[in-house]
Amino acid sequence: MDALVALWDGAFGSSYAFWSATLVRATPLVLVGLAVALAFRAGVLNIGAEGQLIAGAIAATALAQWLGAMPRIVTVTAMALGGMMAGAAWAGIAATLRRRYGVLEVISSLMLNFIALALLSWVVRGPLQEPTGIYPQSSTIAASARWPFLLQGQRLHLGFALGLLLATVSRFWLARTASGFRVRVVGAGARAAASAGGVDVARTTFAVFLVSGACAGLAGASEVGGVTWALYEGISPGYGYTAIAVALLARLDPRWVVVSAVFFGALEAGAAAMQRDAGVPAVIAQVFVALTILGVLAGAHVRDRVRARRIVARPEAA
Amino acid sequence: MIEVILVPFLEAAVRTATPLAFAALGELVAERAGVINLGLEGAIIAGCLGALVASGVGGPVAGFAGGMAAGIALTAVFAFFVVDLRTDQIIAGTAVSMLGLGLTGAIYRGLYGTGGAGLSISTIAPLAIPGLSAIPLIGPALFRQTVPTYALYALVPCLAWWLRSTHAGLALRATGENEEAAEAAGAAPRRIRWGALLVAGAMGGLCGATLVLAQVGTFSEGMSAGRGFIAIAIVVMGRWSAFGTALAALVFGAAFALQYLFQSLGWSLPYQLFIALPYVLTLALLALLRGRATAPAGLGRS
Repeated sequence: MDALVALWDGAFGSSYAFWSATLVRATPLVLVGLAVALAFRAGVLNIGAEGQLIAGAIAATALAQWLGAMPRIVTVTAMALGGMMAGAAWAGIAATLRRRYGVLEVISSLMLNFIALALLSWVVRGPLQEPTGIYPQSSTIAASARWPFLLQGQRLHLGFALGLLLATVSRFWLARTASGFRVRVVGAGARAAASAGGVDVARTTFAVFLVSGACAGLAGASEVGGVTWALYEGISPGYGYTAIAVALLARLDPRWVVVSAVFFGALEAGAAAMQRDAGVPAVIAQVFVALTILGVLAGAHVRDRVRARRIVARPEAA
Repeated sequence: MIEVILVPFLEAAVRTATPLAFAALGELVAERAGVINLGLEGAIIAGCLGALVASGVGGPVAGFAGGMAAGIALTAVFAFFVVDLRTDQIIAGTAVSMLGLGLTGAIYRGLYGTGGAGLSISTIAPLAIPGLSAIPLIGPALFRQTVPTYALYALVPCLAWWLRSTHAGLALRATGENEEAAEAAGAAPRRIRWGALLVAGAMGGLCGATLVLAQVGTFSEGMSAGRGFIAIAIVVMGRWSAFGTALAALVFGAAFALQYLFQSLGWSLPYQLFIALPYVLTLALLALLRGRATAPAGLGRS
């Protein structure tokens, strides 16, 4: 019971808990959740958002160090774009392996997560290490490279606004544009899309894979620029994996990704408080994420059966 | 001179390949029945913790049994979702792996405190086979290992024979190729897939148990380190045959063991390069083996 109180207080107990813990945790989940939702919509099983996020974080840190003395608008824009490009490039490896060599993206994007972790472990002890060379982390980025806060006295930063913007744009893209329609058609049935719709399936999935990687890369840049201000090994506590639950719970709809990201953000903020105040391990949050995915799958199964029964009961509806 | 460097390398390669081979052979059984078991990573980490806890109560034999039981229990969740509910195999598998990683972390912290430095056990000792282990170069590598490695030597030909020559093996393969046809021919695909997945869970658990009881001697969060996913790549590389899978596991064992070789040669390269090597190798080999592999036709259909 104490644990549940701590969980609630950590997520919603005060305005600081909500704006500076829950929403700050939700920010990367919105961006990575969008990355996963867009990919899954096209039938691309991108399990590698974690690696793409890390690639984005590394690129953003390097750019922040390099452009440290420039005006804020230049540095922040460069970090965001650089992070997106790095994420897209990292996803591009898996996308190319799928397109050219027919390698299952589930395996390749997962392998790339481990490679990204090794790369991160190396850069924080090598090229990007802080000058004294003692700690495995980068030096803190310059004040002019830090992303602006959205509210006075709260830690909510630009990344969240970008997440909302991207969610709106993705929603519009999927629902209202020709290329968004192609993405949905390919996701619904690749063979039919190619034969009946004349859609270039390989090209569409390749492009979506890159866009997905770019979203995840932006999340990495936003973490470095808005939250940690430095690069270190634990920069992502598995946001790329939680994002799968975020996207599935939102039923791959960009609008609902925002809601479900805030839900999981609250859960993680609450779990951190629960560990601090009630001594309950925060990894419980990961168990909950897994159970959510399984719950959504079971729920979809029940829905399908109900629908099937209705069709059987009233044959004219079929 | 060359022996001083090569013998420890080959020994390490076989030692590291052993748990990978268990996991991959389990995955092979599941895939021949038509199921991609991405929950394998969860079964491995469950096996790690199960083995550690059980061996504390009843010694190494109980440890292996506990590891297998934990792997089976977690994989049963996956089997329920993909066989009975017919949900997407990839997503269910990812969730089950996350469940395993999260649950084991939480249970371990609950049992042994948040510090992480929990209990450690003494690992089982290698058993040199008289005569054979004296063969130059490969003798120590193949015949100065722990019991699980020897069990593997027996398991691989048995599994190959079972898949190829028994009625049950044929029914399993038929289920993986074409479920409807298998059912029409009198097999029970649902029961077969359940059975195949329970075997895969036991083998995943055995992989975890071997890691803990024969190599590491303790548990740490996430210690399975992607072995479940590598095992899936190993099956692809082994072209869905038992001997091929065992051989592919050995290649990966060698990739993992390369760091010892380079250390003993005195080459100073960033150690992260060796950590990344098996994963890079997986990608490279999967790309190279394109089209040459013959996957079960019904693989992944839910």
